[in-house]
Amino acid sequence: MSLPGQGIHRPPSAASAPWTRRLLWLAPLVFLGLFYFYPMVRILGLSLNRSPQGPLGGFVNLFTSPGELGILGFTVWQAALSTLLTLVIGLPGAYVLARYRFRGKALLRALTGIPFVLPTLVVAAAFNALLGPSGWINSALMAAFHLSAPPLSVTHSLAAILAAHVFYNTTIVLRMVGDFWSHLDPRLTDAARVLGASRWRALREVGLPLLLPAIATASLLVFLFDFTSFGVILVLGGPRLTTLEVEIYNQTVNLFNLPLAAALGIVQLAATLAMTVAYTRLAARVSRPLSLKAQRVTERPATSRRSRLAAVAVTGLLLLVLTSPLVALAGRSFARLGPQRQAAAGPLLTLDYYRHLNENPQGSLFYVPPTEAIWNSLTYAGATVMLALALGLPAAWSLAYDTGSRLNRWLDPLLMLPLGTSAVTLGFGFIIALDTPPLDLRASPLLVPIGHTLVAFPFVVRSLTPALRSIQPRLRQAAAMLGASPRQVLRHIDLPLVGRAVLVAAAFAFSISLGEFGATSLIARPEHPTVPILIYRFLSRPGTLNYGQAMALSTLLMLVTGGGMLAIERMRIADVGEF
Amino acid sequence: MRRFAVPMLAAIVISACGGLPAKPTAATTLSATQPATQTSAPGPTPLPPRVVTVMTHDSFEASSSVVALFKSVFLADVRFYKAGDAGTMLNKAILAKDNPLADVLYGVDNTFLSRALSEDLFMPYDSPMLSSIGKGFEVDPQHRVFPIDYGDVCLNYDKGYFQDHSLQPPTSLEDLAQPAFKDLLVVENPATSSPGLAFLLATIGHFGPDQYLDYWQSLVDNNVLVDNDWETAYYSDFTIHGGQRPVVVSYASSPPAEVAFADPPISEPPTGVVTGNTSCFRQIEYAGILKGTRHLDLAQAWIDFMLNVKFQEDMPQNMFVFPVNPNAKLPQVFTDFASVPQHTAQVSPDAIAQNRDAWIRAWTQTVLR
Repeated sequence: MSLPGQGIHRPPSAASAPWTRRLLWLAPLVFLGLFYFYPMVRILGLSLNRSPQGPLGGFVNLFTSPGELGILGFTVWQAALSTLLTLVIGLPGAYVLARYRFRGKALLRALTGIPFVLPTLVVAAAFNALLGPSGWINSALMAAFHLSAPPLSVTHSLAAILAAHVFYNTTIVLRMVGDFWSHLDPRLTDAARVLGASRWRALREVGLPLLLPAIATASLLVFLFDFTSFGVILVLGGPRLTTLEVEIYNQTVNLFNLPLAAALGIVQLAATLAMTVAYTRLAARVSRPLSLKAQRVTERPATSRRSRLAAVAVTGLLLLVLTSPLVALAGRSFARLGPQRQAAAGPLLTLDYYRHLNENPQGSLFYVPPTEAIWNSLTYAGATVMLALALGLPAAWSLAYDTGSRLNRWLDPLLMLPLGTSAVTLGFGFIIALDTPPLDLRASPLLVPIGHTLVAFPFVVRSLTPALRSIQPRLRQAAAMLGASPRQVLRHIDLPLVGRAVLVAAAFAFSISLGEFGATSLIARPEHPTVPILIYRFLSRPGTLNYGQAMALSTLLMLVTGGGMLAIERMRIADVGEF
Repeated sequence: MRRFAVPMLAAIVISACGGLPAKPTAATTLSATQPATQTSAPGPTPLPPRVVTVMTHDSFEASSSVVALFKSVFLADVRFYKAGDAGTMLNKAILAKDNPLADVLYGVDNTFLSRALSEDLFMPYDSPMLSSIGKGFEVDPQHRVFPIDYGDVCLNYDKGYFQDHSLQPPTSLEDLAQPAFKDLLVVENPATSSPGLAFLLATIGHFGPDQYLDYWQSLVDNNVLVDNDWETAYYSDFTIHGGQRPVVVSYASSPPAEVAFADPPISEPPTGVVTGNTSCFRQIEYAGILKGTRHLDLAQAWIDFMLNVKFQEDMPQNMFVFPVNPNAKLPQVFTDFASVPQHTAQVSPDAIAQNRDAWIRAWTQTVLR
C-alpha cells in the first residue's frame, strides 16, 4: 500500500465486505478441511505421539541427527537454483509467446506443456537416451572425436536435477507470465520508448514492474514444485542427493519412523508457509489495476529483423530444451534398440510395441487396452478440472475483491499448503481419517480426483487471482452504478476479462491430473488404471517388449496431453478475446 | 465361467450352478481334506455376492481365469486393493489395523515380516493347505502368515558383453571385487529399493555381519555404480538395454522374463545369473488374514486358494516368482531358462528386523560417503 495512488482503486475492505462474500469460502473451506486439514492433523498427531520420548520426540530426533538439517539446506538450494534457471529459460519464451503473432504458436504452447505430465521414470529414460553415457550426444561426441569414454557425465548430479526441473516446470512460467503479459497494453512500454527510454530501460522500468505479480506467482509455484520434488531427485539425483520429500518417504515407508517423518513434514510445511506468506505480502504490494487488452490487440507480427531473430532464437531454444527429450522418447517407441545384439535380427523401425499394447497374452486380470487407460485418465482429468474450477473460482474471486480482509490474509497462504505436503503423509492421513461411513473413502475411486484437486486448486487460485486483481474496480463500480446485480457484474465484467486465465487454470488442472502418479497409484482401483500407472507397470518388469510398450504408452500420453492442451486453447469462455 | 472348471472342481461348480442356491454351499472344498466352514444363514432371497478384499502391492498380477475360478466356486467376488509398494502397503495396514482395509494382506516379504508380526496384524488360521508348502520355507509356528511365493535376488550379467570382450562372466560375489570387474557392476540402494536391500542381505549372509562392509569397500574401490531404483539400474545402466554396466542386481527370474517379453522373439536369454555358493538372497512373500476381517470364511478360503496348485501355477507367468507348492508345475520358459540357486544366503527375519536400520546406515557410510 505504500505506492502512491494505490489506495484510491482498492475496493472497500474487511469492514464493509458483505457477509455474502464470505460465503464464497464455504465450498473451498469445507473441501480443504475435510480432505486436507483433517487428515493431516490426524496423521501428524498420531505420528508424533508414537514417539517413546513424547510428542516432541520427533523434533528432538530431528535436531540431534546429523544429516537432517543438511537435507533441508540442500532442498532449499536446489529448489532456488531450479526456479532461477526456469525463469531464465521461461521469461524470454513468455515474451515471445505474448508479443508476437506467428504460425504454430498454439502448437508450441501445447508442446511446451507436455513435459509437465510425464512420469519421472520416463523423463529419466528420455534424459538417458539423450545425455546418458550411451546417449545420443555422448555417442556422437565419441564418434566425432574418437574418444574411448563418454565425455559428458550428468547422471546422479545436481545438474541432472536442475535440467529435469527446468524441463518439467518451464511451462508454468510460459503460461502464467506469458498469458498475463499478452494482456498488458503494449502502449505503456511504447510510451516510455517514445519518451526516449531504451528498449531495455522501458522493459526494466515499465514492463517488469507491471509483470511482477505474474512472475512472483510463477516463481512461487515453480519453487514449491521443486521444493517437494520426489521422483526427479530419486531417479536422476541418485543416492547421494536427498531432499526433505525423499527423506520423509524414506523415514515413513522404509524405516517406519513416523515421529521423525512427521517432524520433517512439519518443517517442510513451515517452509512452504513462510514462502507463501512472503509471496502474498509481495503480491499485495506489487499488483495494481490495469486495463487489460485482448491478446488480439497486443500481439503483433515479428517484422523487424531483430525481432524475428529474437523470436526464432527463443523458440529454437525452447524446442531444444523442452521437446528434444520428447522426440528421443517417441523415437524409442518405434525403434528396436535392445538387446543390442539381437537388433540385427529384425527391422530397426517397428510398430510392434503399439500393437502389443492391445494384447493380453497372460490373460491378466488387470489388463486394460490403451484406449481404456486413456479414457480413465481423461475421466479423472475432466473431474479434476471441474472440481478445481468450482472451488478455485470463488476463492480467487474473494481474494481479489477483498484484498484487505483479515480472513483473506489468513486464508491465502493456507491454500498453498497442499503443494508443500508429502504425498505419502497425506496418503496415510486418508487411511486413518476417512475411514468411517459415509466418508469411508479409503479405497474409493473418488479419492483420485479429490487428491488431484488438492494439487490443482492452488494453481487455479494462483492463475486467477492476478488477473482478477488487475481489473479496474471502476469497471465494476460503473456496472454496479448502472444497475447491474453482482451476478451480472461477474458474468459481464469479470468473466470476460479473466476468461483467458480460466483457461490457463483449466489447462493446469488438466495436466496435473493427467500426469499425477503418486496419489493415483495409492488409491486407484487396479481394474481402472490411468496411463501413468500402466507405464510403471510395464517398466517394473524385465524384457524389451515391456520397455518398448512403456515408451509407446508414454508417446500416447504425450499425444493425449498435447491434444488436450490444443482443445483447451481453442475453447472460448464468455467471449474471451472479444473485449 | 464353467469353461474354467477343472475335473477336480466339476462337482462343486455343477452343484453351485445347477441348483441356483441362495447361498454358497460346499464352498470351501477345493481340497478334499478341508472341512466346510460356510456359516451364513440361508435366506429367502438371493443375496448379492459377498466380497473378499485382498490388500496387496503394486506388482501383484493374476490371470482373470484363475480369479474367476475362485469366484465361481465360492460364489463370492474378490476385490484387490493395491496399496503402493510393499513397504507402503504394510505401513497402511498397520495404521488401519483397528478398522482394516481388507480381509487378507498379501505381499509382505521376509525383510518386512517381523514388522508385520510385531504389530500384531494377523490372526492365526490352521490352514489344511499348510502341508502343501514346500520344505525350507519358514512357516510361522502360530500359523498367522503363510509363504506364498519366492524370488531370488542375484547378480545378472550380459552374456554378449563378456563374449564380445573375451572375458569370463562372474561366478561368485568375490569375482566382482577383482580388478577384472572394475567399472562393470550396477546395484540398487538398499535404503530405497527392495532388490537393493535383498542384495545387501545376500552379502551379509555370505560374508557375515562383520565382513560384509569390507566386501562393499572393495566394490567401491572397483567403482560400483549405485542407483536408487531397479528400473534405472536395469533399463538405463545395464548394457542389455543400452547402458554401460554388464552386471546388475536383479532376479533369478529375469532371464526367463527377457525371453517371454522379447521383441523380436529370441530362443535363449541374453542374460545369465550368478547362483553359486550362497550369492543370492531369497525373498519370500507371505499372506495372512487381517485381524478384524468381516469375512473370515472367505479370507480363509482365499488363503487356501493361494496355496492351491491352480493359483500357484498361475503366479510364475504373471509375477515372475516361484511357487512354494512343490506340486505346482512351472511354465516352459521357467523350466528352460530359470536358474534356482542350490543354497541362498541366510539371514533370519528376526535378525533383519533387529539390524536392518543399522546395516543400511553402515552401508550408506561405506558406499555413499
